[in-house]
Amino acid sequence: MEEYLTSKLKTQEYFLNMGPQHPATHGVLRLLLKLDGEIVQNIEMDLGYIHRSIEKMCERDTYKQIIHLTDRLDYLSSHMNNEAVCLLVENALNIEITDRIKVIRTMMSELSRIASHVLWWGVMGMDTGALTSFMYGFREREMINDIFEETCGARLTMNYNVIGGVRYDLQENFVKRVKDFIVHFKKKLPEYDKLLSNNIIFQKRLEGIGYISKEDAIAYGLNGPTARGSGVSCDVRKIHPYSAYDRVDFEEILFTEGDSYARYRVRIREMWESLSILEQLVDKIPDGEHRVKTKAVIKLPVGDYLQRVESARGDFGVYVKSDGQKFPYRLKFRSPGFANLTALNKMTKGLKIADLVAILSTIDVVVPDIDR
Amino acid sequence: MMTNTELKNKIENLVNGLNFSGEESDFLCVEVPKEILRELMTTLRDDTELSFDYLFALTGVDFGNELGVVYHLESVKSRKLIQITVKTEDRENPSIDSIHDIFPAAFFNETEAHEFFGIIFNNHPDLKHLFLPENWDKGFPMRKDYTDINMLVR
Repeated sequence: MEEYLTSKLKTQEYFLNMGPQHPATHGVLRLLLKLDGEIVQNIEMDLGYIHRSIEKMCERDTYKQIIHLTDRLDYLSSHMNNEAVCLLVENALNIEITDRIKVIRTMMSELSRIASHVLWWGVMGMDTGALTSFMYGFREREMINDIFEETCGARLTMNYNVIGGVRYDLQENFVKRVKDFIVHFKKKLPEYDKLLSNNIIFQKRLEGIGYISKEDAIAYGLNGPTARGSGVSCDVRKIHPYSAYDRVDFEEILFTEGDSYARYRVRIREMWESLSILEQLVDKIPDGEHRVKTKAVIKLPVGDYLQRVESARGDFGVYVKSDGQKFPYRLKFRSPGFANLTALNKMTKGLKIADLVAILSTIDVVVPDIDR
Repeated sequence: MMTNTELKNKIENLVNGLNFSGEESDFLCVEVPKEILRELMTTLRDDTELSFDYLFALTGVDFGNELGVVYHLESVKSRKLIQITVKTEDRENPSIDSIHDIFPAAFFNETEAHEFFGIIFNNHPDLKHLFLPENWDKGFPMRKDYTDINMLVR
């Protein structure tokens, strides 16, 4: 019988489409997998399903009009994206902003980071087969979204930063709500560890899977928590401090294992650090104006400008080439997710499809940020 | 940390024929003729003191009479940033040497610059359409002279 089968059956490599409409690709991302059984041989990316040519749109918009477009890049880090454009213009024109603005921006960015990481944690559990974490993650995120809704008037695309400050002053409830959230979340984070991090099945799915070395991580331009899982020190908040990050005490989380579990632990520990930053600032919001006066028409002098911020996904950069007009001559959004995604093929080679789903989850892609 | 002027002197000693600017700004800008781009990139990466090993961004630019690419390199060790500009000869036949074997991070960024600006990267193995549809034949959307019936023009 066996002889008969081996003579009749043949094996061959085949192609499988993953996406663009697939929940495990975190949006409209299409991966063309070359498979041997269920072993991944090669991955070819097909992007652009949600490409809106935001960079081209920016070339016909004034600097004030650009800010709301950055909400639509990485929608889970919209505060940080807004902040990057605002800081770029403020630094280029030497606009002095008050300490209050800096602290508000920092707190908002850290709240966004927690909201983004909490959502990632929920989806991470779901991608490895645990549905409960998804519900837990959204429960905590809801509290942050309520704070955003009250402060900025929107829950996802906040468009809160403006050139020279923030759009509205903080509501009187803000401090109380943030404190409530800190107390609540400090109880919940150990619960997350019990549910997923210390779960032996979950650990076995991630440990030693999706390895990338420190040298490769640098060469492929990895950034953010993904690179810090391989031991690359790359936190923009530390290496080029902006806003109020130079006055708070926090640790840059580094793990040297370089596997999926290291990337997972980086993000869990980062939530603790973000909580610590919020704790340090929440009682010390300085008085002052929430928005300084700027010129009605903003023109950048001729030259090259670059501003980087640490978004929830990593090293987000805005590069502007100005010709002295009120529109940028060329504007580039350096997407952290795009750089991280390019290393996917390297991380996944020789592993199974189920591992690919888990690895894709640990590099935490947001497709609108990649497609731009 | 090395100042921009020290960095400039250091690079001048290693590679000839470069144009420097922006010494007073946050990062040094270098304009390099396209013939010695690869030589400069290799030197910047391999020199132990400079060690610009992290390609932060690769941006295609339409300069008007010619096209070009702007590279931002950073050293993970010293966190020094440098901007490198390279221009093509003309708009009709724009070509630049690929650096994907020096910096693997450049691979897909060059594909992007190719499809949006039409810059041909010599020795790049896979200049396919990444963002645009496979059968796209309406030109290069990020060029300044591109027009489209659906485009909003001010």
